[in-house]
Amino acid sequence: MKSRKLSLVLVAVLILTVVLAGCSGGSKGTEVIKIGVIGPMTGDNSMYGTSVREGAMLAAKEINAAGGVDGKKVEIIAYDSKGDKTEAVNAYNRLRDQDGIVALVGATFSGETLSIKEIAIGDNMPMLTPTATHKDVTLNASNIFRACYTDPYQGATAAVFAMENLGAKKAAVLYNIEDPYSEGLAIAFRDKFSSVGTVTNYEGYTAKDADFRAVLTKIAAQDPEVIFLPDYIAKIGVILSQIRELGLDMIPISGDGSDGIEVDYADVAEGMYYANHYSKSDESKLVQNFISNYDKEYGVQPNALAALGYDATYIMLQAIDRAGSFDSDKIIAELSKTDEDYVTGHITFDKNGEPLKSISVIKVAGGKQVLVDKVSAE
Amino acid sequence: MNKNTIKSYLVNFLAVIIIFALMKLLMNIGIINRYYQGIIVFILINIILAASLNLATGFLGQLTLGHAGFMAAGAYVSASTAIMIKANFGWLPNIAILLISLIIAGIISAIVGVAIGIPALRLRGDYLAIITLGFGEVIRVIINNIRFTGGAQGLTGIPRISTFDNVFWITVLIVFILYTLTHSRQGRAIVSIREDEVAAEAVGVKTTRFKVMGFAIAASFAGIGGGLYAHYIAFLDPNTFNFMRSVEILVIVVLGGMGSLTGSIIAAIVLTILPEALRSFADYRLLLYSFLLIIMMIFRPAGLLGTSEFSWKSIYDRYKYRKESIIKREKA
Repeated sequence: MKSRKLSLVLVAVLILTVVLAGCSGGSKGTEVIKIGVIGPMTGDNSMYGTSVREGAMLAAKEINAAGGVDGKKVEIIAYDSKGDKTEAVNAYNRLRDQDGIVALVGATFSGETLSIKEIAIGDNMPMLTPTATHKDVTLNASNIFRACYTDPYQGATAAVFAMENLGAKKAAVLYNIEDPYSEGLAIAFRDKFSSVGTVTNYEGYTAKDADFRAVLTKIAAQDPEVIFLPDYIAKIGVILSQIRELGLDMIPISGDGSDGIEVDYADVAEGMYYANHYSKSDESKLVQNFISNYDKEYGVQPNALAALGYDATYIMLQAIDRAGSFDSDKIIAELSKTDEDYVTGHITFDKNGEPLKSISVIKVAGGKQVLVDKVSAE
Repeated sequence: MNKNTIKSYLVNFLAVIIIFALMKLLMNIGIINRYYQGIIVFILINIILAASLNLATGFLGQLTLGHAGFMAAGAYVSASTAIMIKANFGWLPNIAILLISLIIAGIISAIVGVAIGIPALRLRGDYLAIITLGFGEVIRVIINNIRFTGGAQGLTGIPRISTFDNVFWITVLIVFILYTLTHSRQGRAIVSIREDEVAAEAVGVKTTRFKVMGFAIAASFAGIGGGLYAHYIAFLDPNTFNFMRSVEILVIVVLGGMGSLTGSIIAAIVLTILPEALRSFADYRLLLYSFLLIIMMIFRPAGLLGTSEFSWKSIYDRYKYRKESIIKREKA
């Protein structure tokens, strides 16, 4: 009987938390401009959402210090999604209904963004995703824009770089079949490269694989000049170590998932190339200002996701400023007219809301990023 | 059926209608906004998943860890059926598209359940848990590697046709079917297998048949739950249905009480709301969530309701009994 009473108390406490949390929702104010941010801020992929949030917060802080938008202060409301689609939908609904956001800078992952997509279209919510690279994100959605380039575009650009700048004739592709980002890049690279050169191997692995010696030996038998590795740092680091260990002579190329690889895998990554959104060695005032401000605020160097979050927030707030109102249609119309220099390059949008921008190709040399070239696939 | 059971069904059905009407009213006047409505839909989907797993784990007593696999099969079948219908028979009303897709999803998931159940259910306890875990992953890997599912890129363009109304009534229907099933002759056979498989076989219960049947029904309803999920979120990728999803459903069942459908319902409500309610704690959210789970399991190891069921009639009875006893006392 005692334990029953205890469980009743527990249930009561739970219900109370729910009710109280429900009441704490803010009201729709006109004095502040509320911008929503969604991304994984806890769990395995927390670094991605946190970077985007920090970039967005920094942008908002700078804009507020400069007098805000139309004299109104900007407030960033960031919610965690754990990278989970259900949570992302809940977070979006909450941002819209409880917090009354004007526009959304998000979501961070493609899966999250795609699950919010249909609802956001229904709401006509001005939405600018900083980092979702899946090709379908902006498809048939007049309200959705993105600040980064897509997976196919990035993969194709890497192929063009390999052919034209490195003069490669034979290339191998080694990718993670369970990861949409990795697969998207791999397909685009293969298709683009095989139009001129030969793709000697097109090999997949799964997320849990850790030993690539067998497949690397198989690839080496075909003697490709470059090997394309579209994945994230943790995995690429392992593959690179094994390439060095086997003493294979091929140039590794990778996508923006390698951003920051020169920190943790400096020795094995030496001499590799990767596509990125911006380069820390870029000498433009905009980039250097951003890096020093970010460092001052958070005590670390910004990664590419932070830069994209920062840019996306600027693009969105400038559009709201030009629109001069919170009307969705006006904001969307102004977003599509964006034409300015940002940290990740000069950005204009095509009619689908895709950014037209060049890709920075970075070489790892002496444990540092060196900007090699800015290329585009066209 | 005796008079008492009929009365009990009527009281509970009436309660369900009142709950539905109340929710609709609150939605219309805007107290339940679309944020809450979204959470309610996820609660209902979790109820379907947990209640169906409860049949296999709670009533049949077979620990399975691959429920997300059946959910995935149903979700993908339902989504691709709906896409096909929408392309060829676009004039059909949404509810018809939804029902056709869900029925096909339910049938295919049941077939998958039978196919997995026949070899797997020869094993017991830990071994069955491991093999179902394996099968769940196999389904996910297959989806990852075939073309029409979109592979790792995911499946987009799914018609968004799950609404609060239809999810609510489908959930009610599924819980009703599961309740009547577990209280029928077949249900008693299923429970007897949980209690003592050898004794059940000795008295003539065809254990293999009932085990496969229970497993297939659980798989079928999980498939329907997956279908509703697919039509609500309008985007599917294989990683949605990983091992952790199976564990989440199992946690709901264990917390609610293995062998209590209403326990699953209450646990689904609590565990779906909890992460949302804790949103204001930002980074400590998941820490608190886990902490609350541990506390609940320490104080209620048998689950919130154990194996007993909650019925609106029992509240009514208790009220009546109290009233009668008061009248009796006054007379005395």
